[in-house]
Parts: sequence; structure tokens; C-alpha cells
Amino acid sequence: MLKAITRIIASAFLAPMLIATQSFALEQEDLRGLASEEIMDRSRAIEKITEVGDAESVRILKGLQNGEIYFTEDELIVVEVEDGVADAVTLELLDPEPDFYDTVVINNVLRSQLETAIGSLSLFSDDRDTRLTSALALEASPTAAMRPAIERALAKEGDEKIKNSLELSIALIDLESNETDKQLAAVAHLGDSNERRVRELLSAKYEAIKKADVATNVELLQVLKASVASIDQRLTLIDYFGRLFSGLSLGSVLLLVALGLAITYGLLGVINLAHGEMLMIGAYATYMTQTLFTRFFPQWFDLYVLAAIPIAFLCAALVGMFLERTVIRWLYGRPLETLLATWGISLFLIQLVRQVFGAQNVEVSNPTWLSGGVDVMSVVLPYNRIAIIVFALLVLVSMWLVLSKTRLGLFIRAVTQNRGMASCVGVPTGRIDLLAFGLGSGIAGLAGVALSQIGNVGPDLGQSYIIDSFMVVVLGGVGQLAGSVYAALGLGVFSKIIEPHIGAVLTKIIILVFIIAVIQKRPQGLFALKGRSVES
Amino acid sequence: MSFIPKQENFFSKVGWVALILFAISSLIIVPYLSVFVPEGDSLHISSYTVTLIGKIMCYCIVAVAMNLIWGYAGILSLGHGLFFALGGYAFGMYLMRQIGRDGQYQSDLPDFMVFLDWKEYPLHWLGTDSFLWAVALVILVPGILAFVFGFFAFRSRIKGVYFSIITQALTFAFMLLFFRNETGFGGNNGFTDFKRILGYSITDPSMRATLFALSALTLIAAIGLSRFIIRSKFGRVLTAIRDSESRLMFSGYNPIGYKLFIWTLSAIICGIAGALYVPQVGIINPSEMSPANSIEIAVWVAVGGRGTLIGPLLGAGAVNGAKSFFTQYFPDIWLFFLGLLFILVTLFMPKGIVGLFAKLKSLRGHV
Repeated sequence: MLKAITRIIASAFLAPMLIATQSFALEQEDLRGLASEEIMDRSRAIEKITEVGDAESVRILKGLQNGEIYFTEDELIVVEVEDGVADAVTLELLDPEPDFYDTVVINNVLRSQLETAIGSLSLFSDDRDTRLTSALALEASPTAAMRPAIERALAKEGDEKIKNSLELSIALIDLESNETDKQLAAVAHLGDSNERRVRELLSAKYEAIKKADVATNVELLQVLKASVASIDQRLTLIDYFGRLFSGLSLGSVLLLVALGLAITYGLLGVINLAHGEMLMIGAYATYMTQTLFTRFFPQWFDLYVLAAIPIAFLCAALVGMFLERTVIRWLYGRPLETLLATWGISLFLIQLVRQVFGAQNVEVSNPTWLSGGVDVMSVVLPYNRIAIIVFALLVLVSMWLVLSKTRLGLFIRAVTQNRGMASCVGVPTGRIDLLAFGLGSGIAGLAGVALSQIGNVGPDLGQSYIIDSFMVVVLGGVGQLAGSVYAALGLGVFSKIIEPHIGAVLTKIIILVFIIAVIQKRPQGLFALKGRSVES
Repeated sequence: MSFIPKQENFFSKVGWVALILFAISSLIIVPYLSVFVPEGDSLHISSYTVTLIGKIMCYCIVAVAMNLIWGYAGILSLGHGLFFALGGYAFGMYLMRQIGRDGQYQSDLPDFMVFLDWKEYPLHWLGTDSFLWAVALVILVPGILAFVFGFFAFRSRIKGVYFSIITQALTFAFMLLFFRNETGFGGNNGFTDFKRILGYSITDPSMRATLFALSALTLIAAIGLSRFIIRSKFGRVLTAIRDSESRLMFSGYNPIGYKLFIWTLSAIICGIAGALYVPQVGIINPSEMSPANSIEIAVWVAVGGRGTLIGPLLGAGAVNGAKSFFTQYFPDIWLFFLGLLFILVTLFMPKGIVGLFAKLKSLRGHV
């Protein structure tokens, strides 16, 4: 009686280490099969040890793996200890020492059996991560022999994630069992899974049963079908969720790139083909900051991205302002020539970066807090992508604040709407042009920081995004932030949703056709400023 | 009172002389020196030189086409490389079929199709073994594409930088499309390893000289045609579109038809240039469609002087000459040079080389 109570208390409250107190402690008798010449006997013995599944079992299984378990002529299983030879289970020294003992030979079949066995026994480890790893490993190929061990582990397990994994394993085992009740329960349980693998297993089972015998298992067949359908439904949902996320992520990158472009285009009426190179400058500024941090402040390395934000902004803004003063200013009123001149600037800057940093991509690594991801609805959302969405939002909000709440913003809006009139009432248009160009380029620099965290940083960085972001500007129109936002997110999500169906290239072509179709109706873009303005 | 200025001669006296001299040298002298004067003779012109000049003449044709649309109608296309490449691909299909079984795999299909394990020609290759159909395609493909695209673009009155950007996106999209193997144009590698045209070997000096003479003839025709257009009333409307489209519309003209015609014509001329270019250089691949190539075409015209007859020729010749020189001797500097060229020409030489000469002339006149 007392013994039984102790057992209940032990199994309910005490740590898994105390499994040894359970009634079926390992005994020398269980090991006897190891001494046999028959592989089947040895295999059965290992199975038995695994079933017991206490700390001793793990030690012996590991010993078997390493070839440290021996058998004597009397079929006694022993190990070597410091002072001589001892009983493998009790570790009591054998007296007299046996004259002859030999290693228990482990072949490949047994070795893999050992591995799974040790894996399933790690389910009882104290360490959560160890348990999780072994549970996930088990999930891949669970066998009926492990079911008791898994059930024991499940009973003790507190962690939700591990529990789910273990339940999945049991259901997978039951699916293959011969009892219809068990199978039904398993199928119902598996129907809640989000994994493609489980779906394949279920549908394979469905096909197999259908082929073998139609009459007997009608109910099982129905349940199977329902489960597969429910998994399919959820998989589709998850799929769309993933696409939505990558669409949002692409959209926010496009937004970051297009915001600066929209300012300079809206204000000056020129399209800056060197805008992509401002991204590149921002990305290389991030790279330089990273190098600086690794050399001088390695302890704060994780913060380098934050430091890179103002640095990249300033670098790109200064380069932009310099270009405005030296080149673009002289071409006002000749937008097509500006296009060519800025293309020239872009070639020049690309080649300059090639000469200074080399033509190869440079290595920009994510700080630890941006690597990895979070699992939402079975879709892993990488932290750096999430960070970019948030970052784009922040940049958008601060740009809105600058444009609508500051004096500079007021002037920028005034010049955008009517340059001549703004100049008449005393807005220093020349300086506003300069500052706005700096602002636009600086935002491109910020986009460069973002891009450095998700892709390669090389001299051609800007080229890959620039055409898409032009499309955003063309579609969204200029003069209003909202236009860029809707167009960027719309294009991003739209292209990610149709991309899996028709491929990336056709997507690009369809978007181009779509944009041309849209400007048939709205030549100034979807969200152009309303008002009367005289065209050229 | 008439605002129409005195009708100029078709070409000036100097112009006629230059044109005739060019015609004689390119149609008679160069082919003769290259084919009939034996190698080793100091007067012999090597196939390499003939091909190089032939290539640059193709660029000149493109520049003339670009000048028609940008110099006179004020529409900057950043996608003319696309029409050039499409013409090249259209003729390239014929060239590929002329390889016959001489390819690596000795199959009736081009090597790249064998490589992709295709069993027969895809539908759009239908009839490309006919020389005449290939020539028709050279004109039709760029022409129809330009017409359709231009129709929608001009109808919605897309102009200025918007138009330029969209043409750039167009050529970019096509480049991606042609990079794909499934499109059936050889993917990355495009078409190459041509063997013969109409049964004659493509590497033969006489074939080289023929292609050279054809290029020269096309160039002369393109110059004549653009001169004809510019002198006509049609040309005056084009110039009016360039200078003030809204005012033209207020005067009761609908610019769409004018723009569409000149745009399509320009694309067709580009396509023909591409078709002449491909057999001479012996390769065509999707990188010809890269936006960078198209922009470079614009800079040829800008350097030479747009809106002038001779400017585009000077520009295409000068820039490509410089390109050959730099990429051979100072490859690192070429992009710096090209970039600076873009900037400096737009800043300081808005009328290009021709404008520079005119300025010098007027300066001398003052002295």
C-alpha cells in the first residue's frame, strides 16, 4: 500500500530522474538476451531495456552504443569499472572476476534501434530543449514499440509544444495499428494537424484502405476523407497567410524605396534614376557601421543597425544634396535630360563603389535580435522581415509628420502644388529643392539599411529595386503619401499572391500591363492630387 | 503672312556630296577592297574591320530611329533596345534554322531545344525557315508591339518621364521573359553559332561585305526617310508636338496619330537594324534588352545632337568608338567615362556635338 502511494506521488510530482523508483526497475534478467548470438534476441533485449526506460536503461543503451557492455560465459551482462568487472545493472563488483568476457556486438540494425531508443528516452530529460528535440525527432518516424514510453512521457509533460508533438507521434503510431477504434481516434486527431506530411500519410492510408477492402472500413474511410479535407483547408489558409506576409514585406520594401522617389518626383518633376544608388549608399553605410562596430565596439555589435540608421540617412542625404547642387539644379525644366544625367550619375556611383569596395557583395550580418523568426500559424515569420514592416511604418509616420507638421513640410507641399505661386509668397524654392532632395535621398538611404538586412549588399543593389519602385510611383501618383502606400502594398501583396501560380516573370509582365491599363483611366496615377494645373 | 519658313533643299550641297561619297565608299569601295583585294595587300580591309564598321552602322541606324522619336517628336524612349533585339531575334530564328544539322547534337532542332529535350519546334517558330517570313517578322514583331503599346500609352496621354519609365519597364519585362528557357529563345545564351544565310556561309568575306553594304544602304535609306518626314507637313506637326503639345491640341490637331505613326516607324527601323546586326556580330541574347542598353542609345543621340540629321550618326560613332577603345585598354574607366559623358553632355552640350560646331561657327562669325 505504502509502496503504491509512493509510486503515485513519485510519478506525479517528482522529476523524471526518479523513474527508477517505478515498479519495473531494470533487472539483470532483462538483459540476458544481449548475450545471445541471435540478433533477434539482442534486439528484443534492447526493446525491453527501452520499455523500462529509467536512468539505468539510458546508461546501458549508451554503453551498448559505445561497445562498453560485455557478456560473460554465464550470460551475465557486465561492464568494466575502475577496480574490475561489475554487474551492468547494479554496478556491484563481481567476485571472483570472470575469466572471460566479450563485447556485445552491435550491427547496423541494432545501432539504429539504439539510436531511436535513446532518442525516445531523452523524452524524460530535465532539459526542455532536449525533450523538444527528441520529441520532434521521434515525430519523424515513430514505431509501435515506443508507444508506451511516449505515453509515459506525455503523462508527465507540461510543455504545450512537446505535448502536441508527442500526441502527434502517438496518433501516427495508432494510425498504423489494427484496432479500428484507435485508428479512428488517431485520424480525428491528425485532422487537426497543419503539416503537409501528415496530409500525405492520411491520404496514402485512405488510398490503401480503399484498395484493400471497401466494405469493412466505411467509417474509417469517411473520417480519413474528412481529416484530409480539413487539413487541406487549413493548409490553403496558411499558404495565403504566408503569401500575404511576404507580400506585405515586399510592399514595405517598395514603399521605403518609393517614398523618397515620390518626394523628388512630386517636387521637382524629375525622376531620379540615381535613386537606386542612394539605396546602395545607405546599404554600404550600414556595412561601414558594422565594420566600425566589430573593430571598436564589439560588445555593442547588436546595436550597430540602430546606429546605421542616422548614418545612412546622413550619407545618402549629403550625396543627394551635393548632386542637386552640382547637376540636377541646372537641368530644371528639362526632365528628360535630367533622366539621362541621373542615369550617368548612377553609372558613376556604381563604378565608384566597385573600385572602392570591390565588385563582390560585402557581408552584412543580422544582429542577433533580427535573426531567427517567430512561428505564427505554422508560418515562420523572420524577425528581419517583421522589423522592415515596422521600420517602413515608422519612416512613413515620421515622413507624414515632417510633411504635415513642420515648416519645411509646408514649404515642400507648397512648391509641389504650385512652384510659381509659392515663390511669389516668399518660399525660398531653391533651398526647398535642395532640402527636399536631401530628404528624399536620405529616405532612400534608410531603405538601404533595411535592404542590407534582407538581401545581398553589392554595387548593383539599387538596380534590382528601382524599376519596381518607379512602377509604384507611376501607379500611385505623386503629391500624396497615401498614393505611394496603397500602390506599394497593393503591388507587393498582389505580386506575391499570384506569383506561385504563374511565376515571377509573368507576374512582372502582368503588373506592367495592369499599370498601363490603370493609367488609361487615371493618367496621373491612382491617387493624384486633385486640382487645376496646366500641363507643360 | 505665312509662318512657314522657306522650304529648304532636301540636303544641302555638302550633304549631297557627303552622302554620295559615303554611298560609293560603303557600297563599292569597301566591299571591293575586302573581297577582291588579296589578304596581305596594304589596301585589303580585313573582315574584322568590315564587321566592326558594319556593327557601328547598325548602331547609327538605331540612333537615326531614336532621333526621329526623341529629337523631333520629343518622346524619350528608354526601350528602343527592345525593338532592336526583337528584330535581331526574329532574324536570329531564321539563322538558327539555317544551321540545320550542323549543330553540336546534329539534330534538326537548335541545340538549346535538344538540350531542353524538346521534340519539335514550338508554335511561334512556325515558318521561320523561310527567309521571306523571317524578314516579314523583323518588321512585324517590333512594329506590332510598338503599335499596340503606343496606342494605349498615347491614348491615355502618357508622356514625358512617365512614358520613358514605362518603356524602360517594358524592355525590362521582356528581358526577363527572354531569359526564361520556356520562352523558346535560348534563354540566357540566346542564339549563336550561326552558319549560313540563304545557303551561303556567314563567315565568308563576301557575305560580310554584303551585310556591310546592306547596313550602309539601310542607313542611307533611314537618313533619307527621316529627312523626308521632317521636311513634310507631318514633320512640322511632330516638331510642334515636341515644342508644345497642348498648344497643338488647342489648334485642333489630335497628336495621337502622329505620335503613333512615328513611334511605330522608329521601332520598325530599330528592328531592321537589329536584324542586320545579329548576323554580323554572330550572337543575340536577352542582355541586349537590358534597360542600360536602351538608355545608351539615348545618349548617342544626345552626344551627337538631337533634332539634327547628322548628330545621331556622329554620336553613335563617337560613343561606340570610345567604348571599343576604353573597354579594350581601360575597362575600369569605361563606366566612369560613360557616366560623366551622360552628365557633362546634358549639362554643357544640350545640342550635342553639332551644337558645339554651330557655336564655334557663330563665334568665328562674330570675330
